[in-house]
Amino acid sequence: MTDPSTQAPPAPRDADDDQRVDAAEQPDVELVEADLLIEDVSIDGMCGVY
Amino acid sequence: MPADAVSSGRLVDHFEAGLDAPICLTWELTYACNLACIHCLSSSGRRDPRELTTAECFGVIDELQAMQVFYVNIGGGEPTVRRDFWEILDYATTHDVGVKFSTNGSRITAENAARLAASDYVDVQISLDGASASVNDAIRGPGSFVTATEALERWAEAGMRSFKISVVVTRTNVDQLDEFEALADRFGAQLRLTRLRPSGRGADVWEELHPTAPQQRQLYDWLLPRGDKVLTGDSFFHLAAYGQPLPGLNLCGAGRVVCLIDPIGDVYACPFAIHEAFRAGNIRTTGGFTAVWRTSELFQDLRRPQTGGACASCSHFDSCRGGCMAAKFFTGLPLDGPDPECVLGNGESLLSKLPDRAVPRPSADHSRRTPRRPISPCEPSPLAGFEVTL
Amino acid sequence: MAFQAEQAWRLDRRVAIRPEPFGALAYHFGTRQLSFLKTRKLLAVVQALDEQPTALAACREAGVTEQELPAYCRALETLARSGMVVEDAIHAR
Repeated sequence: MTDPSTQAPPAPRDADDDQRVDAAEQPDVELVEADLLIEDVSIDGMCGVY
Repeated sequence: MPADAVSSGRLVDHFEAGLDAPICLTWELTYACNLACIHCLSSSGRRDPRELTTAECFGVIDELQAMQVFYVNIGGGEPTVRRDFWEILDYATTHDVGVKFSTNGSRITAENAARLAASDYVDVQISLDGASASVNDAIRGPGSFVTATEALERWAEAGMRSFKISVVVTRTNVDQLDEFEALADRFGAQLRLTRLRPSGRGADVWEELHPTAPQQRQLYDWLLPRGDKVLTGDSFFHLAAYGQPLPGLNLCGAGRVVCLIDPIGDVYACPFAIHEAFRAGNIRTTGGFTAVWRTSELFQDLRRPQTGGACASCSHFDSCRGGCMAAKFFTGLPLDGPDPECVLGNGESLLSKLPDRAVPRPSADHSRRTPRRPISPCEPSPLAGFEVTL
Repeated sequence: MAFQAEQAWRLDRRVAIRPEPFGALAYHFGTRQLSFLKTRKLLAVVQALDEQPTALAACREAGVTEQELPAYCRALETLARSGMVVEDAIHAR
């Protein structure tokens, strides 16, 4: 049911995007090719639901 | 924002600022329960006479449909003890609101298991806190392990597609993680491990039941390689400070993407924070749930950028976000400081520095006052099991 | 396999799309998958799929430029892989 390529870290920045991501902000995760336009979230992945 | 502008910042940043509607939420249908689990986050047992009526429940669902809430997690107490439970379930699924309900399994029959298996819009989750009867029943009461496994068997036999075993990880069951996995595989269920919070009756057993620091690490090491396979309800985001975060949003969703509606219509930031300090309003007031979600002072407060306080200078703050609000609140720790289970030990050391701190008690307690002794089915007296106290 | 943008596509009937200021949330009631669409333009593409004869036409309708097209096709491919969008057999040419 869950796609193994989901649960991607924050998307890499567009080349045209002025904002630069601070190196300190990058989470310590393995690099997975992330889609710029879509991010998958687990419906169970929200804290505050038992 | 221009149509082609890619959302700046992370998904998490948008969610932290709150949404016009929850993505999903927890809805406790009743405080009545046939069990008396020692860690019950809602201190359930006795029905509250102010419980929402069937019509009022339908009204809540109408609102959730209009807000396009995708999913409601129905629990309690034990939701199936409400006579209108199945009616409410059907009303939700026929009004574009998906349902996952949480049960101890005591009212699951082959017949209603078949009904559930036929529905595409319902997921179910059985609560289990031990992979063996001895570990489980010490928390959930005699016979509860058997009740749960019988329900699992019925769902498996009925061809139920999406059912879960949901475990609250404690000091006593953390060594059974492999056995939980085996149990889930045996029934074709998905395993879900969640965090014990010092909420409700959980406050009374927190000291002796919450995992020790080494056990937390053991849990994290067990979960990480299992990725999406084992669910966690994002309840271990405080463990992200160990290194790679576990799957999930890794943020506190309370008042931002999720909340709780309780059996009498009170709206709380989350089910682990049933206390006046986290009560946003009541659905019975003008504007209903929608108005509470969108305009309550508490939720607007939670949606403002949080400073992080004492934790802000910690290099791990970005991943752990200062941990769980409810865990801090109910251990009497300041909300702008470390989580009691901070992986660096900052919570533990703060706790030892504040021995005289005030520890909040839940605003209401629906626990049964006179615990029932287990009764034999052959017992003729209708008063068996009840102790009379003056 | 590259996304077949010249085919007719549509949203699966079990998908709910909820516009947000920052884009949209998409939830598939069958798979329980939740996706975050990061631009309003992608939302417009997805909303145009049903009426337009091809995914390509839907992109154009939503104002996707030639430069942006590869990224939007990749996004549609992701949605197709997860079952959010399906080939529209009825309108297929």
